[in-house]
Amino acid sequence: MVNHIENEKYLVGVFEDEDILMKAVRNLKSIGVRIHEVYSPYPIHGLDIALGYKKSRLPKAAFLFGATGTTLALTMMTYMVTLDWPVIVGGKDHWPLPNFIPITFELTVLLSALGMVGTFLLSNDLYPGKNPKMFDIRSTDDKFIMAVDLSSNSMSADDISNVLKENGAAEVNEKQFA
Amino acid sequence: MHVTSEVRPPLVTGGKTYSDVTDDICRQVEAKPTLLWTVAFIFSVIILIIGGYGAYRTLWDGIGRWGLNKTVGWAWDITNFVWWVGIGHAGTLISAILLLFRQKWRTSINRAAEAMTIFAVLCAGTFILLHMGRTWLGYWALPLPNTFGSLWVNFSSPLVWDVFAISTYLTVSIVFWYIGLIPDLATIRDRATNKISRIAYGILSFGWEGGAKTWARYEAVSLILAGLSTPLVLSVHTIVSMDFATSVIPGWHTTIFPPYFVAGAIFSGFAMVLTLMIVTREVFYLQDYITIEHIDSMNKVIILTGSIVGVAYITELFMAWYSGVQGEQYAFINRFSGPYWWAYWSMMTCNVISPQLFWFTKIRRSIAATFVISIIVNIGMWFERFVIIVTSLHRDWLPSSWVMFHPTTYDVLDYLFTFGIFFTAFFLFAKFLPVVNMAEIKAILKSSSEKGVFKRHLEIDTRSEKSVAEKNENIDGTNI
Repeated sequence: MVNHIENEKYLVGVFEDEDILMKAVRNLKSIGVRIHEVYSPYPIHGLDIALGYKKSRLPKAAFLFGATGTTLALTMMTYMVTLDWPVIVGGKDHWPLPNFIPITFELTVLLSALGMVGTFLLSNDLYPGKNPKMFDIRSTDDKFIMAVDLSSNSMSADDISNVLKENGAAEVNEKQFA
Repeated sequence: MHVTSEVRPPLVTGGKTYSDVTDDICRQVEAKPTLLWTVAFIFSVIILIIGGYGAYRTLWDGIGRWGLNKTVGWAWDITNFVWWVGIGHAGTLISAILLLFRQKWRTSINRAAEAMTIFAVLCAGTFILLHMGRTWLGYWALPLPNTFGSLWVNFSSPLVWDVFAISTYLTVSIVFWYIGLIPDLATIRDRATNKISRIAYGILSFGWEGGAKTWARYEAVSLILAGLSTPLVLSVHTIVSMDFATSVIPGWHTTIFPPYFVAGAIFSGFAMVLTLMIVTREVFYLQDYITIEHIDSMNKVIILTGSIVGVAYITELFMAWYSGVQGEQYAFINRFSGPYWWAYWSMMTCNVISPQLFWFTKIRRSIAATFVISIIVNIGMWFERFVIIVTSLHRDWLPSSWVMFHPTTYDVLDYLFTFGIFFTAFFLFAKFLPVVNMAEIKAILKSSSEKGVFKRHLEIDTRSEKSVAEKNENIDGTNI
């Protein structure tokens, strides 16, 4: 879940190139600066690892939702046409597993997709009407924004600002959310 | 690391920067509707209304308004259903399968193709609902507890499999399309100058901020959705083919139908994407994003799938002969020399001959030729479904039941209705939503755009010790 970030003071480094940004992230991490988050207009390969984020567990969630779908489908069909009201169809067994496969597959995919996407939206706090906390609105256009939380860093604002500039930041601004 | 390929042609031309990409795509969304768009939109709404009258009559008066009879129980209704579902498959293929194959050229066409999929599946669903007759009892196709003893649906029937398959396909396609839209909607939100736009796109973009953690999860979601959608799209058209293959009708009861239908679906779907994209790139000035390379690549897919379809036709003929089954043999003799021979030969020329023209580079890389051939392919694929359904039904096992089928005005009007739905929805999409996935284009810009622009903008190069001027040099020693 997203942390509450009101009333905190942030230094915002504005970068114009993703390779420069990546190098800067590595350098800042090696110095010991705590980066709050990096915002970009598109996903940057390797950035999440450079920032120390663990791999997403969404694939595992997708698997579990899918398994639920499989179970649901097989249980539903077995109850309905094998146990509750068996009818002879095409001279076949009352539990025609090959015939059950298409629907089982479809429900597996359906629940997996919907469950995983729902989990994604929930875990990233995304919903219609949410007010985004934008450090710099150019982060959805053409700039790469690095936000550093001053309260969680021992280095002074000036020092961090200089480090950012040395590592290629085109601008360094301050940002505080009301 | 980014390496601009020396041999592959760029996928984005015109020396675009990230903000150029934003401007070029958002411009179409933010600008007032042009005269061209307004005229096209009004035209499609008129078609929707005229066709809508046909749909109303069909629902009110019943399916007797169509040209169906006891022998030919399915004709235009199911032909059109399969035609639309087939067209829808290209969008998922471009989005999902090309993502798994890491084909970067999918990025400029995938959003429009996915939108096309959703609208095409909606049109297909229209025929499902109409062909039921008592559409208001359509929920009987679902396995819901009821007061008839709880009479359950027949899970062994491909028609019931279709209910689950098409519903799943529509839902997953919408979800995949919408998740991909969220970051771009945020881009439009952040550029919005008027309040209504800012609020509307703000709500639609779900508060997207674009942080690295969210992007990492987004990529995981995209990959898994692509991995799910790929077998899904293959299974959906396989299940549709089984509406025919699991029957006993000559010409229908063959195991070649699943792969044949899937290949045919991709074939017609790519043709429709080409038709739409060729017009869109002209009208929206997207030639730098949907380049001749993209059209070339799509035409290669057309050659591949068209050839598979051609081989399938020949296989059907061979198996009819080789099997020695007289019913099957007659079905095909009737197809190529019986009263519907003109439909069969239209299908053969449109589907087998025209895609083979793309082997010639000049034709494959000609926008005009591609546009014409893409329409011919879709006409041919309509005839394919018509031939399969009507020629097999109108003369099957009992000669005393043999009749001709003739479409009525309402067969035509209901088809027109779906064109109205499709084009109205597509024009609305083109006006209010970004037709190209900006985030994905920006992600490939460094590696796949035209040389020069990015290197000039770098003051510190992190990759090598060469001077900026040296790195700007092209293969032939020029420095542009």
